[in-house]
Amino acid sequence: MSTPPKQGEFYQRDRRWHPPALSQDYKTSVTRSPQFPLISLENTASEITGPAFGHNDINATDNDLLSNFAQPGESPIGERIIVHGRVLDENARPVPNTLVEIWQANASGRYRHKKDTYLSALDPNFGGCGRTLTDENGCYHFRTVKPGAYPWRNWVNDWRPAHIHVSVFGTGFAQRLITQLYFEGDPLIARCPIVNTIPDPEAVEMLIARLDMNATIPLDTIAYRFDIVLRGRRSTLFENRLEGN
Amino acid sequence: MPQRLDYLKETPSQTAGPYVHIGLAPGAAGFQIYDQELGWEIAGPGAKGERIRVEGVVVDGTGSPVKDVLLEAWQANAEGIYAHPEHPGDVEEGFRGWGRVITDFETGEWGFETVKPGPVLGRGGQMMAPHINLWIVARGINVGLNTRLYFEDEGEANAADPVLNVIEWERRRSTLIAGRSERGGKPVYRFDIRLQGEGETVFFDI
Repeated sequence: MSTPPKQGEFYQRDRRWHPPALSQDYKTSVTRSPQFPLISLENTASEITGPAFGHNDINATDNDLLSNFAQPGESPIGERIIVHGRVLDENARPVPNTLVEIWQANASGRYRHKKDTYLSALDPNFGGCGRTLTDENGCYHFRTVKPGAYPWRNWVNDWRPAHIHVSVFGTGFAQRLITQLYFEGDPLIARCPIVNTIPDPEAVEMLIARLDMNATIPLDTIAYRFDIVLRGRRSTLFENRLEGN
Repeated sequence: MPQRLDYLKETPSQTAGPYVHIGLAPGAAGFQIYDQELGWEIAGPGAKGERIRVEGVVVDGTGSPVKDVLLEAWQANAEGIYAHPEHPGDVEEGFRGWGRVITDFETGEWGFETVKPGPVLGRGGQMMAPHINLWIVARGINVGLNTRLYFEDEGEANAADPVLNVIEWERRRSTLIAGRSERGGKPVYRFDIRLQGEGETVFFDI
């Protein structure tokens, strides 16, 4: 195995860019947010390393939500979409061979989860989860249906914008990230208390997938582009304290 | 033209929401879709070391168990080596060091089987006491919470641990120490996580 270039800590996470733990308007956060400040750690091996996944862990078809739960010859109801993009780090370098997992409601806003009691219907041909590994250029793609908006008990008339949950690993446990993808032009985005936990409008823009006509398959599937950025790492220019020497 | 720093910004976090199981533990959501779910085996049968069980509950600011949490564990093997190409040394076949568990929908209890990790070399040549890194996501948690589980029966190593010693408030350090007991002759470590209020668990910005 070749030795990777010596790299140091991850860049500090910008906690003013991410949502704060406590956001009154997202009610569940009120009792689930720590009151003490986080204790800042300098990275050690525990944070720099993280799990690796390979092609033995998943099936090549796990990224196709149009077929991974459908009966043979059947297809889910809804707008057929491709969601694709790249996973990069803050240095704009691709993150290859990393696990990307997604989950979502069906086209009517209903989740296949025993706790979801929303009265819109389940789709017998739609499960709602997928996973894939990025390729050597950090690229990933999924095929799915566009999820519907759905109501939730926060304020009495709150509706989530259409969204896909996204989970990404990177190479170190410190890069672990879960987020949500929204769709360009959705009027519910600006009204959502969960979206609005993010203080900076530019940060919200990073979560809005763009319609990508160039990646659309004519007469078949429309496409959205969603790039994901994970924390970058310092080059160890003058010191190498991580290794302990 | 001014000089520019052309770094990208990290994608902002959002809560995992109430239905995180669909994506990351579909069996628990009530359906079978993947040939294998990930994260159910941290240390395969070939892993050396003491076999332990780790369990607990996550409680919110009202003291109520949180029943929709997903936890991930990341740990070194019994020799203190992480299953990662940048960490010097090799791990046993079948030792992954990573696991994923959910809390029970009725009781909020979570637990996993693993091996007790060994001490890991920390910064500046200092040894870190044996620990398991934990990452917690759930509805109401906007950014995943990082914490560390240390072991009660490693008193000497814990006292010298450089990370525990970063915590200025000594009485808060005990929130990271899992208590040891035996059940059916097998060691069980109890690690309850308090998100807020009395006895709030220490969370780290890593």
